[in-house]
Amino acid sequence: MSETLINITLDVWRQNGPADAGHFETYEAKEISTDSSFLEMLDIVNEQLIDAGKIPITFESDCREGICGTCSLMINGQAHGPNKGQATCQLHMRTFKNGDHITIEPFRATSFPVIKDLAVSRAAMDKIQHAGGYITVATGSAPDANLTQVPKEAADLAMDAAQCIGCGACVAACPNSAAQLFTSAKINHLNLLPQGQSERWKRVEEMVDTMEDFFGTCTNHGECYEACPKEISLDFIAFMNRDYVKAKIKNRKLAGQNG
Amino acid sequence: MAQTLPNAGSDFRDPQPIRTRKKALPFPLNIWQSAIGRKWVMALTGVGLLGFVLAHMIGNFHVFEGAVGMHEYAELLRELGGGIIPRTWLLWVLRFGLIAMFGLHIAAAYTTKEISRHASDKAGYIGGEKSYPGGRDYVAANYASRTMRWTGPIILFYLIFHLADLTWGFIPSTDYVRGDPYGNLANSLGNLPVAIIYIIANGALALHIFHGAWSLFQSLGLNNPKYNQARRGLAAGLAGVILIGNLSFPILSQTGVIDQSKNPCAAETTEEGAVACFEALIHEEEGE
Repeated sequence: MSETLINITLDVWRQNGPADAGHFETYEAKEISTDSSFLEMLDIVNEQLIDAGKIPITFESDCREGICGTCSLMINGQAHGPNKGQATCQLHMRTFKNGDHITIEPFRATSFPVIKDLAVSRAAMDKIQHAGGYITVATGSAPDANLTQVPKEAADLAMDAAQCIGCGACVAACPNSAAQLFTSAKINHLNLLPQGQSERWKRVEEMVDTMEDFFGTCTNHGECYEACPKEISLDFIAFMNRDYVKAKIKNRKLAGQNG
Repeated sequence: MAQTLPNAGSDFRDPQPIRTRKKALPFPLNIWQSAIGRKWVMALTGVGLLGFVLAHMIGNFHVFEGAVGMHEYAELLRELGGGIIPRTWLLWVLRFGLIAMFGLHIAAAYTTKEISRHASDKAGYIGGEKSYPGGRDYVAANYASRTMRWTGPIILFYLIFHLADLTWGFIPSTDYVRGDPYGNLANSLGNLPVAIIYIIANGALALHIFHGAWSLFQSLGLNNPKYNQARRGLAAGLAGVILIGNLSFPILSQTGVIDQSKNPCAAETTEEGAVACFEALIHEEEGE
């Protein structure tokens, strides 16, 4: 594929800190190579802004290969842009045509306060992880290999859930700002494995309760799955719902029991 | 990250909850305290209400047997319990169950909607409903799922109208006669504006069921990759059957298939008169 250069117009959300009202600013990105990634295009625009003595656009990125979950842009009203199963960093300018108008906004939710411009704080998702996204293991000498047998189906399904990179696209895409897809992925990649069983019912209850402290409620639109760069399945949300009510039954305090 | 964010103090690392957690109530009330639990209640009451809608529709097909058949069906409902339970008692138990399911369904819907509003209303300090001023692009959410919070209230208002029309007889323009369900239905739905209300409301009901009957499987966690494909078809089928079945009443009333002229007791204006007229007709048939 030969390299071509395109000119595009950007409408970028600029917000100088969390208390600022924020507004759109329009930039012309000229002679952008179709081989460059979306983030490289923003880098080029930022270089031009710096050269002109203006404040560059703040946006987040890290690995730029779709595995860290740092990049977070709402591109033309779609989290991570129009392509399915891709993070913003994997989106290339060849997806766009010469003369296109692209609107770039931050991920939005009450619990995603804007730090600056396109960078939002996703610390609320860390809170959910802290509530139970781990397993307790004895940290002595290394355990023997293959000591714990894992059925193939369980391993496959757990790996599907473990693909979640915690980018927050599900929350951004959800009209209710619900974090169900993220939380269910984090719960299920442990709940499906033998190593996660001892804390299974405590985990689902505490992670869901923490999720509900910060995020909205699921109405099963399915927007999160479409936005997810890792294509986490909606099935995990159903598994979480099932385990949550089961946990309420299992964790109920019987009469006469303390604590 | 810290060096690029000079003013990002502890605020960002310690996000504020959108709602305060209350003391846990004893099981099973603690299920209601969580949004997932409420969605579970919404799904279960939805199943119950769906069962009612189906039973109500199938029962109303007696209208095609004529005025006497409709009267016999109405009497059968009052006699539910086979003579062991006193007349109309079981019907009232069912009615109270229905009212409770409606109440829980609406309460769960309203409160979870409020939680979602709080989760979205400070999104990016825009204020109001969550919005992307650059335009929102729905990919998966269909028309039915996005209009649940509108079709729901439409069904509620329609239900109040429907009860006022055919159960309480509050609508003055129709000559309501208690004890003559066929005549009341024919009179009411023969009226074009009323028929239009019924058609619009049943369209809303079908849309509500189209999303609800699929969504409830997810909310209850009834998910098996083997059968997941069937869920959308089941929801669409249920919505379609209910739409066609329920629309048959206003449409056939308008076209004259259901009409007061076919009601042998149309002249009666009191409950006693109507009931006596129908009973006499039934006795006549049995006498032959």
